[in-house]
Amino acid sequence: MTPDVVEFAPLAAEIFVLAMASFILVLDAYLPDSRRLIAFRLTQLTLLGAAILTWTQHQEMIGHTDRMVLLGGTYVADTMSMVLKMAVYVISAGVFLYSRDYLRDRGILKGEYFVLGLFGVLGMMVMISAHNMLTVYLGLELLSLSMYTMVAFQRDNGVASEAAMKYFVLGAIASGMLLYGISMIYGATGSLDLAAIGRYVAENGVTDNKILAFGIVFIVAGLAFKLGNAPFHMWVPDIYNGAPTAVTLYIGAAPKIAAFAMVIRVLVEGLGGMHADWTPMLIILAIASLAVGNVIAIAQTNIKRMLAYSTISHMGFVVLGILAANKAGYSGAMFYAITYALTSAGGFGLLVVLSRAGFEAEKLDDLKGLNDRNPWLAFLMLLLMFSMAGVPPTVGFYAKLSVLQAVISADMVWLAAVAVFFSIIGAFYYIRIVKLMYFDKPEDEAPIQAGFDTQMVLGANGLAVLALGIYPAGLMAWCAAALG
Amino acid sequence: MVGLSHYLILSAILFCLSVAGIFLNRKNVIILLMSIELMLLAVNTNFVAFSHYLGDTAGQIFVFFILTVAAAEAAIGLAILVVLFRNRSTINVEDLDAMKG
Repeated sequence: MTPDVVEFAPLAAEIFVLAMASFILVLDAYLPDSRRLIAFRLTQLTLLGAAILTWTQHQEMIGHTDRMVLLGGTYVADTMSMVLKMAVYVISAGVFLYSRDYLRDRGILKGEYFVLGLFGVLGMMVMISAHNMLTVYLGLELLSLSMYTMVAFQRDNGVASEAAMKYFVLGAIASGMLLYGISMIYGATGSLDLAAIGRYVAENGVTDNKILAFGIVFIVAGLAFKLGNAPFHMWVPDIYNGAPTAVTLYIGAAPKIAAFAMVIRVLVEGLGGMHADWTPMLIILAIASLAVGNVIAIAQTNIKRMLAYSTISHMGFVVLGILAANKAGYSGAMFYAITYALTSAGGFGLLVVLSRAGFEAEKLDDLKGLNDRNPWLAFLMLLLMFSMAGVPPTVGFYAKLSVLQAVISADMVWLAAVAVFFSIIGAFYYIRIVKLMYFDKPEDEAPIQAGFDTQMVLGANGLAVLALGIYPAGLMAWCAAALG
Repeated sequence: MVGLSHYLILSAILFCLSVAGIFLNRKNVIILLMSIELMLLAVNTNFVAFSHYLGDTAGQIFVFFILTVAAAEAAIGLAILVVLFRNRSTINVEDLDAMKG
């Protein structure tokens, strides 16, 4: 039996974020409109505090053990959870900062955006540290429900409310599929605990257990929905397109890291012994995502929609790393998820900065001649687009390289060739943006207004993409340690 | 005698009905919300049946959580529906086609 004393200290960061989100929710109801920025500042302080708590708790844990499972096996603290949570805090803080001016210009600078964002961050933290199917589900729903609401958050925007409805219905189907799969796994293994499922699979998994295999199909479908992998990608373009850009920015960045963590926890830690069953499914998902994402993106004229298809193809790459089913693949996929979230935050952050009151930078033509209007922003966009396309020396190149190396080491050279082929097709639409920015005449001469802090952080974000590409070893070492 | 497999078949039928309800329905968004609830109830049936069969309470506890989350989800779904109706004056599924490509 486990001892009755419950150790709460390792959960300090989660408890802190929950308390602060609830506090900001109440406080915001009493703030006059002129003082709304207090909610924003408190949110940033919360993320900073959570980062400090996560780091100190991790340092304390490292002294005794490198992995701690608590609360009756529902929660795990390890190096992976620390690294991914830190990435979530940093990226979310950037996202909230980019959003601030956008929300203010549209008269929707309300506390709700930040409160829902914080609850979403809490959901991601729970998903990252989940060690039981129940915690996986609760974290996922906390994140998803926050995101559905955020999409519908601009109340008078008809397109956004349509997008929210679509997201809600498709997200609920995904949760239903995942739950159905979980119930089958529970029936087959007799446990919801991921470690217990892992032990059962290791002992009996290779015998053909129909219920278990059936459950895995539903779980993979549910996870693919949440990651946004083709053929379960229908929601991604509509939601990215319809949501206010600040919300698209939120959805497109940190939740990808949490979705990656969920896949690792469920498929690798829980069902790792069945990888012969899920690898073929993931191969189909990866190829379909790469094909759909890269080919359909070419036909888009709306840049948010184009980046949505680009997300689908990048999630294909993340799946590619996971399906290699070796340590290099997992750490490569982790590196890919973190750096993609960073790049995506920068890309959508730039679109947020280019938009102003009464004008949304949504069409590809809105980027024409950006170099003449603001050379610095154009240079940052160039870095981000090169990173997404995978051009060295930006980080996207190294991320793709590490995933492809893992795929080749798993004896699937043909799959790596397919991935490279579709990446080359994909390079076209990223480089088209560079061409529009540098070689076309601007259609819109309005000056670009952005706060000093936003410009600084956006600059740091863009340069981080370059710096991580030149010195990937630091982050890569963390990823390797996390999944070692 | 009603055994485990009867419950599993029942829940599989309910699950298929709910998926069919979501994909075949072209009329009303509220029917989509009802189908989503049905899907979660199918899952609950599965959990309770397995839990009884295994003699393990974890599955029944999971059901409580699913019911709670389903309530929150229904609240958010209906709230989005109200916002949608205010903006579009329709809740017909076929009219939700402002975005294409």
